[in-house]
Amino acid sequence: MRWIAAIPLAAVLIALPFFAGDFYINLASQILIAAIFALSLNLLVGYGGMTSLGHASYLGVAAYISALLTSRYGWGHGTAALFSIAGTTAMAAFFGVIALRATGLGFLMITLALSQVLWGLAYRMSNVTNGDNGIAGLTRPMPFGISLDSAASFYWFDLIVASLAFLMMAIFVSSSFGSSLKGVRDQPRRMAALGFNPWMIRWITFIYAGFWGGVAGLLYVYYNKYIHPTSLSTTSSAEALLGVIAGGSGTPGGPVVGAALVLLLKNYASAYIERWNMLLGLVFLFIVLVMPTGIVPGLSKLWRRKSR
Amino acid sequence: MTAAASDHALEVIGLRKAFGGLAVTQNVSLAIRRGERRLIIGPNGAGKTTLFNQISGDMRPNSGQIKLFGADVTSFASYQRAHLGLSRTYQIITLFSGDTLEHNVTLGLLGLRPSRWQMWRPLSFYGNLATEARRTLDAVGLLHLADHPVSDIAYGEKRRVELAMALAQKPRVLLLDEPLAGLSDTERTTVKSLIGSISRETAVIMIEHDMDTALDLAETVTLLNYGRVIVDGERDIVIADERTREVYLGV
Repeated sequence: MRWIAAIPLAAVLIALPFFAGDFYINLASQILIAAIFALSLNLLVGYGGMTSLGHASYLGVAAYISALLTSRYGWGHGTAALFSIAGTTAMAAFFGVIALRATGLGFLMITLALSQVLWGLAYRMSNVTNGDNGIAGLTRPMPFGISLDSAASFYWFDLIVASLAFLMMAIFVSSSFGSSLKGVRDQPRRMAALGFNPWMIRWITFIYAGFWGGVAGLLYVYYNKYIHPTSLSTTSSAEALLGVIAGGSGTPGGPVVGAALVLLLKNYASAYIERWNMLLGLVFLFIVLVMPTGIVPGLSKLWRRKSR
Repeated sequence: MTAAASDHALEVIGLRKAFGGLAVTQNVSLAIRRGERRLIIGPNGAGKTTLFNQISGDMRPNSGQIKLFGADVTSFASYQRAHLGLSRTYQIITLFSGDTLEHNVTLGLLGLRPSRWQMWRPLSFYGNLATEARRTLDAVGLLHLADHPVSDIAYGEKRRVELAMALAQKPRVLLLDEPLAGLSDTERTTVKSLIGSISRETAVIMIEHDMDTALDLAETVTLLNYGRVIVDGERDIVIADERTREVYLGV
């Protein structure tokens, strides 16, 4: 039944470029990228109970690697993408070893610190990263010779990757490993006594989340054709975390809704109000007060109450 | 020597643990044979649960040794000890309250199987786990509640789920931390006969305050007080011992 309900949604998403203007297509592309990013963070926050405030590291580093390899060293997009994702995943493995020495607040602080180091490097190592000027003049890849320069073609490419990401992460959390992960989130001590290795389960999830964060980063740099140190900033990490929590952490759809909300507020509200961050804060406060578990769980609870 | 060592399911040798200046385990040594039924008694704060926590690996001792079937496991993590056949229940219920009873027991089964690492097949793919979980729930008399979340069931039933999770693992050494606490008389009888029916392959070590019930199940008794072993031996001898009366029975 739930799959049947997804068919009209899929149809609308696929057909979007036929009835929407370029502005909205581009907005949708950005939402899809933010959604992949939020979903990858949700693996940690929602399913693993690991609240990270440094997830932008994976987005930013993947984007920078791809940007540097293609613009500075003239690599092709295919190999650059492979290197970028492999590098980002390896970095997640390394950062995971450091951050998973702690849980809870300690974990959060370590992820924050690590991402700050990268952000600082992106700013200061200007001979490599071009510092505050960022790296401009990048190109989009041409998979199978198809140009992605139009809003519609990029959107479809984006949609394919996002669907794959959504599916792969949904399979991951509903697998028996996913059950192990949720168990470790809820009762780590008990899970260890039952024979599960909590550290290893968390570490594998951390790496997997880093991988998909990297995929989001690649799409991000393809879309913008530009990369700046702010993509590695704490604000960038915090916005994603806000989206995950507002939408509903630990649900497959929540982070998508949350990421869309944050992005829409950013794009629309910033046109009218200069301090759009304040508005985002107020909206977030409202959500937390009315639906403490997030929009998606909150609404489905309301729906169930109504239909009863 | 090796033959003698392997006769023992669990050996604790000169275990010491202190929280700051407070010594909670002081030179504790125990030897438990395969299939033995051991009751650990002692007043509140005697260090019974702390001893369990060290045996199960939740807590590291300051010094001393823990051996499972002759193998030194002192530096092993809890999950490694679980794979050597050690299982435990908790005094304070630690279940997965949002999940069904079946899922709780299934996690117990999954923990010892390689499929816990499986990343693309859903848990429901392993139908034999669910069947096995339901069989165990049936054994503790909770099959009718298998599809209910743990948060919906009564306290006494939760205690039995705790027991079911441990039993499902078919452990060779089972640590039961106050399995009868907070149970009604009827539940007490059920759990008692359940513990009584545990396979003789399994050594059962039990902390329990309900002496009437627990003594029936025990073959040997260890009395702890202030983190020390006061008396240790055959049930009737320990119970008759003057020091037991002094410390525990308050005579």
